[in-house]
This record gives sequence, C-alpha cells and structure tokens, in this order.
Amino acid sequence: MTTRTRTVALLLIVALVLLVGLPLLLPEWIIFLLTVASAKALAVLGVVLLLRGKLLTFGHALYYAAGAYAGGMAVRYWGVHEALVLLALALVAGVAVSAILGLLVARYRAVYFALLNLAFSMVLYGMLLKLYDVFGGTDGIGIAEPTLAGFRLSGLAMYELTIVITALLVYLTHRFFVSPLGYTLRAIRDNEVRVEYMGVSVWRAVYVSYIIAGALAAVSGGLIALAVGHITPDLAFWSQSGEFVFVAILGGTGSVLAPVVGSVLFEFVRNYAFKLSPYTWQMTLGIVLLLIIFFLPGGVWSLTARLPRRSHR
Amino acid sequence: MRLLLVVGLDGLTYASWLFLVSAGLTFTYGVLRVLNLAHGNLYALGAYLGATLVLHYAATGSTPALTYALLLIAALVIGAVVGPLIERFFLRRVYSRDEEVQLLLTFSISLILEDVVKLVWGVTPIFADLPYTYLGRVRLGGVNYAWYPFLLAAIALAIGGLLWLVVTRTRLGKILTSVISDREVSLTLGINVPRVYTLAFTAGAVLAALGGALTAPMFSLVPGVGADVLVTSFAVIAIGGLGSIGGAALGSLLVGMARSFAVYKFPELDLFVIYLIMALVLLFRPQGFFGEIEVRRI
Repeated sequence: MTTRTRTVALLLIVALVLLVGLPLLLPEWIIFLLTVASAKALAVLGVVLLLRGKLLTFGHALYYAAGAYAGGMAVRYWGVHEALVLLALALVAGVAVSAILGLLVARYRAVYFALLNLAFSMVLYGMLLKLYDVFGGTDGIGIAEPTLAGFRLSGLAMYELTIVITALLVYLTHRFFVSPLGYTLRAIRDNEVRVEYMGVSVWRAVYVSYIIAGALAAVSGGLIALAVGHITPDLAFWSQSGEFVFVAILGGTGSVLAPVVGSVLFEFVRNYAFKLSPYTWQMTLGIVLLLIIFFLPGGVWSLTARLPRRSHR
Repeated sequence: MRLLLVVGLDGLTYASWLFLVSAGLTFTYGVLRVLNLAHGNLYALGAYLGATLVLHYAATGSTPALTYALLLIAALVIGAVVGPLIERFFLRRVYSRDEEVQLLLTFSISLILEDVVKLVWGVTPIFADLPYTYLGRVRLGGVNYAWYPFLLAAIALAIGGLLWLVVTRTRLGKILTSVISDREVSLTLGINVPRVYTLAFTAGAVLAALGGALTAPMFSLVPGVGADVLVTSFAVIAIGGLGSIGGAALGSLLVGMARSFAVYKFPELDLFVIYLIMALVLLFRPQGFFGEIEVRRI
C-alpha cells in the first residue's frame, strides 16, 4: 500500500510541475479552460467519492452552487475580496448544508438518494432564482477582482491557485480513500448488511462521506466563482449535477485522478462541440453516456489498466 | 369562504395534474423496480405532440370537440412508440446490473430526448389552448372557474380507478402482482416476465405522455419542463411510497392542496411547500405512507 501511496504522490508532484510549467507554453484561453476544468474536477471528485459507496447523486450542483454563492454573498454584502477567505467561506457553507441535509439523505440509498439530492438542488435553484433581492435572480452576482494576500489575482495566478488547491484536495481525498473510513465506504458498496454485522456504523460512514463530498463541491464552486467572476442560479440547476455525474462516469471511479482527467477531457470537447451545434450537446452527452455504460463501464481511467505495467501486478 | 373555494378548486386541479404525471412513474417503478428518469421527457413529448396536433387541427376550422381525442391519440402514439423502444433496446440490457447503472441509463435517455424536443419543436413557446377555451367557464358560489380543470380531475379519477381495477380485478392484475412480488418464481410459473416489463413500462410512458398532452392546453410549452415534472412527481411518490398507486393519489392531494394554499397565503413559498411536506413525511416515515421496507439481501 505504501508504494501505491508513493506512486500517487509522485504522480501529483509531476502533474504540479507540468501544470505550473504549462502556462509558459500554452495560450491564455487554454489556461482559463484548464482552470475551470480543474476547479470542476473537485465537484466531480465528490460525486466519485460517493459512487465508491454505490451512492449516485443527481443533485451535487447543490453544494457547488452553495460554495459559489457563499463566496458571492461575502463579496456582495461584506466586500470581502480575499480569495482564501472566500474559499474558506465556501467550504464552511458546503459543510454546513451537507451536515444538515445529510441527516436526512444519508438514511437513503439508490433511487431515493439520487432523487432526494436532485429535489434539494432544485429547491436551491428555485431560491436563487426567486429571491431576487438576496441573490440577484438571473442577473446573478458579480465577483470583482479577488485578491490573494492583498495582491490582485491575474488569470495566471488564479490558474495556479486553482491547480494547487485541486492537487491538495485530490491528495487528501486519496488519503481518505485509503483510510479505514474510505475502505468502509467501499465495503458498503459490496454489501452494506455485512458491514453492519462487523460492528461498523454504515450510517456514520455514509454521513461523513456525504459531508466530504459536499465540501469538495463547495470549494469547487468557490473556485469557479473566483475564476469566472460571475455566478448565476444555473450553477444549481439539474443539468449541472448531471454534468458532474457524466464526467464522473466518463473518467471512472478507479482513481482520484480519474475525475481530473475526465474533467479536462470534458471541457475541451465541450469547447468545440458546443460551438459546432448547441442544440445537440445534451444529446451527445446522452449518447456518449450510453456507450460508456455498455462498452466501457470503468470509464476512461480503466483504459490505463490495459497499459503494460512494470511494477505491481 | 370564497377564497377557501378557490384554494380548494386550484388544489384539486393541481392534485389531478400531479396524479396524472406521478401515477405512471410509480407504476413503472412498482413493476420494474427502475425509476424512469426520462419520465419528464415523455411528458414533454406528449405535450408537444398534443399541442401540434391541436394547432394543425384548429387550422382546418372544424369543430373543437375532436381536439380531446387528438390529445389522447398524441399520448398513445408517444407512449406506444417511445416506451417499448426504450424498454426493449436499452433498459432490458441492464436489469442484471446495479441500480445506479439503470438510473444512469434512463438519465442518458432523458438527455437525448431533451434535445429531440428542441430539435423537432424549436425553443419558441407553443400554446394550444383550444380544448381549454372550448369548454368555457362556470360560476360556482360566486367564483368564475374554467371547466377544463374539472375534465382533468375526472380523467385523473378515471385513470386511478382503471389502474386499481386492472391490478385488483383482472387476470393481468394477478400476473402483475406475481411479477412484483417475485420475478423468478413468476418465470417458473410460465409468466412471460419480459413482456410484462415491456407492457408496464409502456403503460407508464403512455401515462406520462397523457399527463403532458392534457396539460398542453393550460400552459404554453417551453423546452426544459422535463426535469421539473420528474422532480415534482418524484416528491409526490416519495410521500406516498414508491410503487404505490394509492400513495401517489394521497401524495397528489396533500401536495396539491398545500401548494394551492401556499400560493394564496405565502406566494414566495409555493415551490418549497412540496419539498417541505416531502422532507417531513420522510423524516417520520422514511418509506412514505404506503411504501414497503425493502428487505436487504445478505
């Protein structure tokens, strides 16, 4: 297990170096695209984390939007511009909301779990849309010029901040996967009743996982708010949740890095496909999802298992 | 007093609508144990086809009385074509796989149908209110109310009664009950389970499309209603218990009345009332009013 941990750590360092080195080579729009992709990867990571416990959610955009709006509200009402403070607020909001809703949702599995999350996310969407005086309705909230330790964040600095935070959280999530609780979650996937028989609390494992997944999505939303500079209720819409699920399945649940790979792939493909034909975008997603379900159940990441390996197995 | 009457009538209208859209969802789930996430899209397809037929028919200037048949035909066509297509070619391949895979599959179909509607009918709103206006209005205790909602309520009642009759009083109902309680034993009894599945899924699809077609005359159609319909009807059947027709009826009445009350008293809250009731019911009765507790296999 330690070699495995070391491999992942090494991979992350390599990725970090590459990604901080990349801006020298790539044009600005790709850097922005990578910022968005790596920020969103965290929300996808939350979905993947839950999927490891066989929990499918169609409402994870709830926490994504909660994080983004926590940041947005702080900008709007308190005039906070410090990026790390805004992200911390996003994290707190995500943890708070998931800790409350988790009390109800963590009792459920399968269909109920998926749809209860969807229902709550639609409630938030409705609130963001209707309570115009508080949340700005469809106009959304502008987040002007975030700063880091007092310095204005340029596009490049935002990119680097995002990469660092993503890498950190991806690593922490990996540590969670190999922790006792992470293994409990995987055991729940296989057989929940037997886990209970071993004297382990299934409810606690699901509840904690739910909060972690919510926190990841909230930070993801906070990063997006900072990077894009404008937030709208669409962040909480079901199609956003669906997108997270799609990317999670596209990447696969085999590794913490799969969501990152899936997310980057997704943003690039969307960038081109959306320009080509906006009315068939969802149809394209649907067809690709069908193909993955039938022909590549492990997602894109499972292709790496077919590569020749020198070390373990 | 008059307000109470209006609230009651609006609640009844909304409850009928809720029952029409959620009965199919809960029925399909009851038999197949698959929640059809494309349910809302079938609703949208039914609504769009119904509206299109009505508009074309209205252009000929013939008697509007036949438009009701057109709405029914639209629902039957959508349900009987798209329903078996989804079940036979896609759903059938994933019955043996995890429940999440089945959800993902219906989700992909919902994504595809979402764009089919946009491609065929465009994004401009469509409004075909001929069946609504043709019935005229009625004065009831000093309240001026349209007749059409009463037709809707009558149809909802008829559908509920029909489902109840089929399940409890016919040979097909016995077969359905047998398949619901044990799929494998039903197979050994010589029941053609795959056909029952196709039939049940198609019935659910027809009900979804019928809900859409009957709503088309009341509101203008815009793309993207699918998700709202799905989530609302899920809330209703979660309250009543997944798979229970009676539960769907009770859930519809509860949500319909509560929401209609909220619209008049606390208009900002109308959306949340549904989910508030759902959360309350689920807190105290996690399986809903008439839901069964699933036996977890060791």
